[in-house]
Amino acid sequence: MTADNFNKNDEVNSSESEIFIESEDSADDQAKQKNAVVTNNLTVYFNKRSAIEDVNVKIKKNSVTAVIGPSGCGKSTFLRSLNMMHEMTPSAKVFGEIYINGESIMNFNMVDLRKKVGMVFQKPNPFPTMSIFDNVAAGFKLNGSAGKNDLNEIVEKNLINAGLWDEVKDRLKSPAVSLSGGQQQRLCIARTIAVNPEIVLLDEPTSALDPVSSSKIEELLYNLKSEYTIIIVTHNMQQAARVSDQTAFFYLGKLIEISRTRKMFTNPKEKLTEEYITGKFG
Amino acid sequence: MTAEKIFKNPKNLKRRKFINSLMILLCFIAAVLTILPLLYIFIYTTQSGITALNIDFFTQLPKPVGEEGGGMANAIVGSGILICLGGLIGIPIGIMSGIYIAEYSKSFLAGAIKFTTDVLSGVPSIVVGIFAYGVVVLSMQSFSAIAGGFALGILMIPTVTKITEEMLRLVPHSLREASLALGVSRWKTTVKVVLKTASSGIITGILLAIARAAGETAPLLFTAFGNSFWQTSIDQPIAALPLQIFVYAISPYEDWHRQAWAGAFVLIFMVFIVNFLVRYVTRNKFG
Ligand SMILES: Nc1ncnc2c1ncn2[C@@H]1O[C@H](COP(=O)(O)OP(=O)(O)O)[C@@H](O)[C@H]1O
Ligand SMILES: [Mg+2]
Repeated sequence: MTADNFNKNDEVNSSESEIFIESEDSADDQAKQKNAVVTNNLTVYFNKRSAIEDVNVKIKKNSVTAVIGPSGCGKSTFLRSLNMMHEMTPSAKVFGEIYINGESIMNFNMVDLRKKVGMVFQKPNPFPTMSIFDNVAAGFKLNGSAGKNDLNEIVEKNLINAGLWDEVKDRLKSPAVSLSGGQQQRLCIARTIAVNPEIVLLDEPTSALDPVSSSKIEELLYNLKSEYTIIIVTHNMQQAARVSDQTAFFYLGKLIEISRTRKMFTNPKEKLTEEYITGKFG
Repeated sequence: MTAEKIFKNPKNLKRRKFINSLMILLCFIAAVLTILPLLYIFIYTTQSGITALNIDFFTQLPKPVGEEGGGMANAIVGSGILICLGGLIGIPIGIMSGIYIAEYSKSFLAGAIKFTTDVLSGVPSIVVGIFAYGVVVLSMQSFSAIAGGFALGILMIPTVTKITEEMLRLVPHSLREASLALGVSRWKTTVKVVLKTASSGIITGILLAIARAAGETAPLLFTAFGNSFWQTSIDQPIAALPLQIFVYAISPYEDWHRQAWAGAFVLIFMVFIVNFLVRYVTRNKFG
């Protein structure tokens, strides 16, 4: 009985405080609603050493954001904090606030968050024990929700969206590792978008690929923009300029500048940005 | 010594070449010595065993002393039952502790399990038999298949744990991340991605553990105890192939000796089949 009462009190308290926040900071709240990702003073430590510090970004829905900067400046660390990938690294500590579509990620459980925020990695990582078909359907099969969905339709749709359908439609049952590197990466993109995320994070998705495969993936990003919010880490400045609406420049764990891509590459606000994109260091 | 000196000194070169050939020869002899006993065991057991092998051996019970003929049907079935019981205990525990060590190795417990399994794999099997006697036989007040299976299970645990751990560690971290990033929980990721990717290696380890357990005699002496009659209830003493071989081999009867050879042949043949299965499973993976 006492426990019940306690819980009820708790609920009342929390709903009261929510109303309180809404009335107080409604402008702030609207900003969060419009944006797919908002971070406030996001800071990540590995073993007491900070990898990124006080990162504040606002990323609009259905936009493409490029993240650039020299190696080790914290690009991956930033990206991986958005889907709580650091949870697997015991030495990692994450501070600050992250809002996904206006909701703090503290309110999500890990599984739901990652269904909303998908991720594509640097090295293509299809599941080696699975066929091409099963890889695309992996999100459903592994979660045990395969029965409720028409997998044939899902697989076809997402392979088409990932620009891979024509190349693999006759061999959906062959092992995924029989594909080329570029095809594997597009398969991984198909696998990620198959679970219908709202945000897709890509960590240097083309750095292990040849130029032709890279440009195919760039094209693909352009087409995906209408349905997803995309954040892509890239080492390639031309790629950032080609695919993104806005660009974030990181240096030594700090977000130096985040601006519209065209502005950043023609008339950057910060001296450091200019030096980096003109190749003075990096 | 500089390279120049070596090349200019033909005597030195000759000596080095001689040592080189000598070492290769020694290695070759060692290699032959490794194969010879196995070859000898196999040929000798086949020669002595195959003549006593007939349908009766697989279908009949042992005959009382003094009567010719009979077989080891009960011991073959008994060994099967004991291995199943052992596997039922050893395989799940081994796999799960292997998972724990490999996937959650940061915890203190994982280190303790790792240390324990390393020690356990070095414990003589007769000691494990005594342990099973103390724990199961004394508390049940009877020798039994359960006690024998328990002993075999404990012997299987370290092998299965070790191979599971090693195979799971070979699975690239990127696959775990790929699965987690799809919104798959940690546990489902471990079972459906990591374990599945490592499964052929783990199956190999399990088959080897089974093959080893199949030939164990010492831990069965005072657990399963042996039985010359049909017995399939697991709370009763049960016959086992290695036990039967042991009893027959130390008997003074010629006919029993022949049957012991036949039993040994069947046992070795079974181990051989398991080894071929292992090859087959692993070839599937890398081929
Ligand atoms: N798992 C980790 N453990 C300890 N330090 C890490 C780990 N991951 C990244 N770091 C450190 O954090 C910093 C940023 O790394 P990262 O985000 O991978 O850089 P980038 O992706 O920009 O090349 C680096 O100094 C790196 O050494
Ligand atoms: Mg990186």
